[in-house]
Amino acid sequence: MTRVQAIQNCNDFVIKFANVNGSGSSSANELFARAVIRMGVPVAPRNIFPSNIQGLPTWYEVRVSEAGWLGARGGCDMMVAMNPQTWDRDVAAIDPGGYLLYDSTKPLPQSKFRDDITVLGVPLTDICNREYEDPRQRQLFKNIMYVGALLALLDMEFAAAEKLIVDRYRGKDQLIKANVNALRLGYDHAKANLPCPIGLRVKRADAVGDRILIDGNSACGLGAVYGGATVAGWYPITPSTSVIEAFSSYCRKYRTDPDNGRARYAIVQAEDELASIGMVLGAAWNGARAFTATSGPGISLMQEFFGLAYFAEVPAVIFDVQRGSPSTGMPTRTQQSDLISCAYASHGDTRHVLLFPEDPHECFTLGAQAFDLADRLQTPVFVLSDLDIGMNERLCAPFDWDDSRRYDRGKLMTYDELEAGKTFGRYLDVDGDGIPYRTIPGTHPTRGAYFTRGTTRNAYAKYSELGADYVYNMERLRRKFDTAKTLVPAPVLRNAAQPTRYGAIHFGSTGPAMAEASVLLEADDVHVDTLRVRAFPFSDEVMRFIAEHECVFVVEQNESGQLRSLLINEGEIDPKKLVRVLHYDGSPITARFIAGKIANALSDRKVSPITTPLRKVAP
Amino acid sequence: MTYLAKPKLLSADAPRNALGYTRRDYEGAISTLCAGCGHDSISAAVVQACFDLDIEPHKVAKLSGIGCSSKTPDYFLGNSHGFNSVHGRMPSVLTGAALANRNLTYLGVSGDGDSASIGIGQFAHAMRRGVNMTYIVENNGVYGLTKGQFSATADKGSKSKKGVINSDSPIDLAALALQLGATYVARSFSGDKEQLIPLIKGALCHGGPAFIDVISPCVTFNNHSGSTKSYDYVREHNAAVNRVDVILPKAQIETSYPPGSLRRVVQHDGSILHLRKLGVDYDPSDRIGAINHLQERQALGEIVTGLLYVNSSVQDMHAHLNTVEKPLNQLGDAYLCPGSKALDALNALLR
Repeated sequence: MTRVQAIQNCNDFVIKFANVNGSGSSSANELFARAVIRMGVPVAPRNIFPSNIQGLPTWYEVRVSEAGWLGARGGCDMMVAMNPQTWDRDVAAIDPGGYLLYDSTKPLPQSKFRDDITVLGVPLTDICNREYEDPRQRQLFKNIMYVGALLALLDMEFAAAEKLIVDRYRGKDQLIKANVNALRLGYDHAKANLPCPIGLRVKRADAVGDRILIDGNSACGLGAVYGGATVAGWYPITPSTSVIEAFSSYCRKYRTDPDNGRARYAIVQAEDELASIGMVLGAAWNGARAFTATSGPGISLMQEFFGLAYFAEVPAVIFDVQRGSPSTGMPTRTQQSDLISCAYASHGDTRHVLLFPEDPHECFTLGAQAFDLADRLQTPVFVLSDLDIGMNERLCAPFDWDDSRRYDRGKLMTYDELEAGKTFGRYLDVDGDGIPYRTIPGTHPTRGAYFTRGTTRNAYAKYSELGADYVYNMERLRRKFDTAKTLVPAPVLRNAAQPTRYGAIHFGSTGPAMAEASVLLEADDVHVDTLRVRAFPFSDEVMRFIAEHECVFVVEQNESGQLRSLLINEGEIDPKKLVRVLHYDGSPITARFIAGKIANALSDRKVSPITTPLRKVAP
Repeated sequence: MTYLAKPKLLSADAPRNALGYTRRDYEGAISTLCAGCGHDSISAAVVQACFDLDIEPHKVAKLSGIGCSSKTPDYFLGNSHGFNSVHGRMPSVLTGAALANRNLTYLGVSGDGDSASIGIGQFAHAMRRGVNMTYIVENNGVYGLTKGQFSATADKGSKSKKGVINSDSPIDLAALALQLGATYVARSFSGDKEQLIPLIKGALCHGGPAFIDVISPCVTFNNHSGSTKSYDYVREHNAAVNRVDVILPKAQIETSYPPGSLRRVVQHDGSILHLRKLGVDYDPSDRIGAINHLQERQALGEIVTGLLYVNSSVQDMHAHLNTVEKPLNQLGDAYLCPGSKALDALNALLR
């Protein structure tokens, strides 16, 4: 290595694994990530994978960050290059001064390397061919072996990784033995032949706390179980499929009747997204809590039903794990680009409730809450996750549940109320909050039945095409939407270290990158208050935040500034006041990107970032 | 079609069923369809069938798509909840409803446009899944609400009111239902209530996916010479394979039949179907035979009606999913929410 100093970093670096998909690398890579966590150091792992089953390139990126930054960082301090197909670009992607770990079995010409990085070769194939007969084993254990080598190179605790293997394969002693052996082979080889440790190191810390590592889709599925969902209609689509897989697996665990083994849930794989949302509405109309999980193309297909659900006032929960669109677009890349198509889904004057989870913990809490909101408001509720949260494991606060909590089934008129002669008008605004009462089929032999339609009916659900009946209904729906503002989760405010007239609004998976960007900016004496919006419709607090700042950056992962459009439209905001910070290449947004954009925008405005205080520092 | 409101007073001697209800208790709002519309006869047959079977009106959920036929659930069973859903999508909504509560009787009402054109996918998959339902298609071969376009069940060579000859092959929904796994398949004619009412009753008792294709002439757009769905044409070409009597388990069997002419089928709920043979030697338990018979007779220009197929050892969707006996929409929090302890244990596994 010439001229460039090798990177020296402890507990703060990015390591990337370049693999071929279908080669079994993902569990080895995950083993590495969890081994770092077991040493008390936070990591943020991310899969970058193709829409393919076997043979195409795939990457796994682990950001090690004792400071706890979980957003993507960008750059690469060390590359584990296991895919000859992508060798050139993988080697080129390493930051100057970085490290390259590769399989040195086959000699490569000098031109295939760089002189400003540290090259570390382990003859993985050679060792595997020597140790194993079975070709599949050779492949799988090669992966474990490079994890072993990394443990040595990064000065990690071998025992931490070993314990993980023991925990993972508990009861399967053969597997434990074989895996630990492979790990040891890699470790010992590196110790004997390589300059261990290198400049990147992991040192035991206490920065993980009681956090858990789980992917957002699993958390959504668990949220649906805890939220009381009993019916799921769905159609396979990346990146949402694992929401249903998780729901199914948690249901088998928690919802199987202990007496007879029968299911307290029903999951139907539909023929398409139209049928999946149709099933959800049928079940919800009939009083069950029901949901579907889909992605952008599915949202497009479900549009007609969303409109009917809105006007017929049928509760439903839709998990939309957003991705790059359209159908043949970037199904395995992340985006936040379904806001508009969900917020105003369907023909006619519709508007829908959206929830924006930041991480798996919120996928669980907001996922469960969505069912209460849907029943309370009698309307579809969309949980807008995305691929970055959904399909990557993320460190987050542990799940919790208040056992005294009861499901809010909303305004259901009961047999007793009907029997007592209480007036039932399905679309009558009795309480002034825009929310009517409903009955479930089969409630009472002679009272409370009604014929469910879209809008050609009056407040008593009788057929009507009168303009006055239509207007009454639309005004009530508007009131209901105003009520929704008071029920949805509140935004999360983070004030800058000192008073500022600049604000930034963001949502969902942008959270970790935004938090880190604030700190980067603060280091440059740029101060920005941030507000993480967690729901649509926007509560008054969101509009107040905009009013209180001279200039507000709207940070989002789409090309058209969809959150910004919704804010302008719903809050009647002057568009000049809201500055776009848009990231949409399919990779997760980074703190560096956000901070750079904001710093540039402020310098373009030729204003000093340090301005007259507009508010006092909070005590 | 009734322009006049029905009198509110009921004569004291109106017949009552075992639940004490009169036929009036099974009626709905006044029909807004054209005078003479076949669909109104089907509505009347549904009323009669539910009355005869002593079904509690509120224990029926009636679902439909869009079109003239799909409006009809408003005109019968006024004490039942109804759902006028999306065009061609009734089957999925009904499937979801059936998932939520296995204890109601589900009646899906659709048309030939709703089921054979825009909704053929959902029609097919609901049959495949074994949804416990009675699915009636009110089949007139034409789009009424949009004024007379051919539907996908219109016969090749038949003539529209405007004189256009249909060049597309027809879809035979009964044949499709047979192929796709429906376990009770019938065809009838709205002008023959003697045949239709027992077929609906048999379907309501069936316990699995029951499909009835009812030829129901559109008096306004498809009742002319050259149409193969007109009253005259259907009467002339009707080739019934059997006559059905439905006998409830509690009823005394009083009817007697000549020996050899009767076939007896016991359905899952104990109801008994008495099938009287008519002329042809037809076996309604032979699914392949039924498909062949339909095809052969259709080639001869005949419209085969009657109970085409019944399989009394039926398993429905809930059996496939192994769901609990108690309807899912009635499970309380304690049965649904695993609680905080389970969550603590799960957290421990995720560290």
